[in-house]
Amino acid sequence: MKIRFEKREKLHPVWKLLNPVICIVLALLACSFLVIAIGKDPVAAYGKLFSGGFGSAKKLSESILQAIPLMFCALGVSISFKMSINNIGAEGQYVMGAMAATGVALFCPWIPHALVIPAMIIAGFAAGALWAMLAVIPKAFWNVNETIITLMFNYVALLFVDFLLFGAWRDTSLNLNYSPAYPEYAMLPKVFGTRINSAIYIAIIAAVCIYLFFDKTTRGYQIRVIGSSVRAASYAGMNIRTNILIVMLFSGGLAGLAGVAQASGAVGRLQQNFANGTGYTAIIVAYLSKFNPFTVLIVSILFSGLSYGSVATQLVGVPDQVGVVIQGAILIFVLGGEIFSRNRLIITRREKETALAKKGATK
Amino acid sequence: MTQPILEMRGITKRFPGVVANDHVDLTLYPGEIHALLGENGAGKSTLMNVLTGIYAPNEGHIRFKGQPVDLKSPKSAVDLGIGMVHQHFKLIEPLTVAENVFLYSGRCKAMLNTRDMNQCIKECSENLNLKVDPNAKIWQLSVGEQQRVEIIKLLFCGAELMILDEPTAVLTPQETVELFKTLRKMADQGKSVLFITHKLYEVMTFADRITVLRNGRSVDHMLTKDTTRQKLTNLMVGRDVLKVVPERDTAKSTREVLRLENICAMCDKGVPALNGLSLTIYGGEILGIAGVAGNGQRELSEVIAGLRRVTGGKMFLNGKEVTNLSSRDSIKKGIAFVPEDRMGMGLVANLDMVDNAMLRDYDVPPINRKGILNKKEAIRRTESFVKAHDIKNAGIKKPVRLMSGGNLQKLLIAREIHGNPDVVVAAYPVHGLDIGATETIHKVLMEQRARGAAILLISEDLEELFELSDRVAALYEGEVMGIIPIEKVTEEMYTRVGSLMLGDREESAAKEQTGGMAEA
Repeated sequence: MKIRFEKREKLHPVWKLLNPVICIVLALLACSFLVIAIGKDPVAAYGKLFSGGFGSAKKLSESILQAIPLMFCALGVSISFKMSINNIGAEGQYVMGAMAATGVALFCPWIPHALVIPAMIIAGFAAGALWAMLAVIPKAFWNVNETIITLMFNYVALLFVDFLLFGAWRDTSLNLNYSPAYPEYAMLPKVFGTRINSAIYIAIIAAVCIYLFFDKTTRGYQIRVIGSSVRAASYAGMNIRTNILIVMLFSGGLAGLAGVAQASGAVGRLQQNFANGTGYTAIIVAYLSKFNPFTVLIVSILFSGLSYGSVATQLVGVPDQVGVVIQGAILIFVLGGEIFSRNRLIITRREKETALAKKGATK
Repeated sequence: MTQPILEMRGITKRFPGVVANDHVDLTLYPGEIHALLGENGAGKSTLMNVLTGIYAPNEGHIRFKGQPVDLKSPKSAVDLGIGMVHQHFKLIEPLTVAENVFLYSGRCKAMLNTRDMNQCIKECSENLNLKVDPNAKIWQLSVGEQQRVEIIKLLFCGAELMILDEPTAVLTPQETVELFKTLRKMADQGKSVLFITHKLYEVMTFADRITVLRNGRSVDHMLTKDTTRQKLTNLMVGRDVLKVVPERDTAKSTREVLRLENICAMCDKGVPALNGLSLTIYGGEILGIAGVAGNGQRELSEVIAGLRRVTGGKMFLNGKEVTNLSSRDSIKKGIAFVPEDRMGMGLVANLDMVDNAMLRDYDVPPINRKGILNKKEAIRRTESFVKAHDIKNAGIKKPVRLMSGGNLQKLLIAREIHGNPDVVVAAYPVHGLDIGATETIHKVLMEQRARGAAILLISEDLEELFELSDRVAALYEGEVMGIIPIEKVTEEMYTRVGSLMLGDREESAAKEQTGGMAEA
């Protein structure tokens, strides 16, 4: 028996929609074996997981709150991925944004109170953007691989923030490596009686802007062309270097906004392990969303719901790491499932083959 | 004569829609250097892929040292002693020469003894005049040295039949002489050498016997001493198809549009590809470029389109100097370019027809309105292209990778002539297209000619060139060998252009006999 793939020309739209759903179900099925292996009931665990993440208005709003920084980071990385620039430095850009916002909130008393939040947003965006652009200068000018450099910049950023938290910015009244708490006027307002902060509006606006940017502007068009074929872009007279820098400006800037949103919307101070891997989860979210900004928003909520809900699975004795395992499994299954939507599976049996070969030989 | 080392009989290999090899015969004897001669597309590579076990032939059989063999995979060919030096070397760049050779030969032990390995390679290379430092890393070596490493690699695997695919394409004349000295030594030791080429000079100078392929068939084989360049040319180019040139106005314009003076440029590998090329194209004419692929056609088209920098010489457009234009400026100045790889460069596979239709003028009005794309205009334009050229499509908002070659090319050429360019550079515009699409593309080119555009048409198909061109220039190793005005197509024209393509200069064919190597 021989198995091979053949390119599929068209896929029925129903299957297109169904494909990721089937893949997610398969991922959950696969993970249920893990739950069984530790001697627990997968149905109960999944029940707790989903009711914990999405089961009530309060729980859902908590999941959305936690999804906000993930949304910004994933929007950011998805635009760089769209140009085939592998920005995996969202983590670092995120903490640089949070650091800049903290600097404005705590150490710029001359700014009028009403302008502190706008200033934090601008500073956070600028810090993330600058950090991202610095990392791609070698790519733009000497074609150095950007993947490794953006990654290394994460460690520099994280350690730099630690340096501040252990020293100059440390709140000496606490026995922890925390900055002082933000004043009230540096905190983002909440959305009607929930804990969700108003940065969600900025995320939605950003998603709309990204959509329009790629669909309607000549700059977005250039980035789409470069992302598909650098040779065609040169043929069309596009400047690759400028576009790399512009893409990273927005990619890093959005990740920087994640820092602002988290610091000024949820935490209210800068602390150690601030990003906590959000910048990496964002890469998964971006790929699962196929870089579509609206899908990014939804997948972000799904993912943060899975990790928030996994706290509840501990009630039935299943460790909360299960949520992370499921996230990974979903990525593998959905990306793996792509093969089936792009290709047709052809299975030929051995006897048939040899018969054909014999026919060819006698001819 | 001795027993042949290799006999290929009636080899036929079909691909969907094409017969690449049609009952090809090839016989090789031990101790000889054998040339496989043919134009691009004649089926040389397919035949070699059959011989090295990459393709299984549909028909025919192969005997190696008198025994029938079944080459199931490249490995079985290597085990038999059939080795090939590909045009693109298969070396691992960060490793040393010795590591590459031993890795390939499978003589690697768990622990590598560098001194032993180096000693082995030294012996082998001194014996055969293959100078190379076993400790050097591959990326540090010149192309000629890398080729030597490939040869040593094959010798270490015990290759008795060595195939070289266009071995001199990337070599300097001196390196070429050295290479053939080595090959001769190997032949004297009883090995057989088969080299693929389309350069007559090398064949006449270095080969013992010759097999000529044309259109997938082996048309003839002979001893080198029994043939002449003229005979080979006729065999290679073929004269069996003659078509009447359609009537067309002969009113020649004398308005000079594009002039190239002594243009020099490098190919991607950094080897000179254009060596002082001069051309003038007038408005309202089609200048055909004939030549075997790899003689500077790609570089010529890219220089004109502003995609490749010249290292010498000047280019003039409508009398003004425009040397080293950027591709942006070249588009703005009205130089249209239909590149040879339509999907890699000319069109973006993942984008839809509308996006592709504005690829070359997305940043000027009416498409660009202060940074915002005028989608309506782009859609309107795409629809007009579809209507004007009958482009079959699954929807203008679908990615163009779903479209067929002919329709892609129609879209590409429609976009390029939109806006009435002064110059149209078309590189192999009908390569791989069906008859219908070919006719459309030819019609468009003739319309542009009538409109007064200066057209440069690059093709490998002499028939096509004769049919469309007002003049045909033959390109050989980055130089124009001669320009022939096309009025009446006679058999003699095929021979004349054919011999120009193979490096015989128009006026001084005799001089070139010796000059071929001294050039460059």
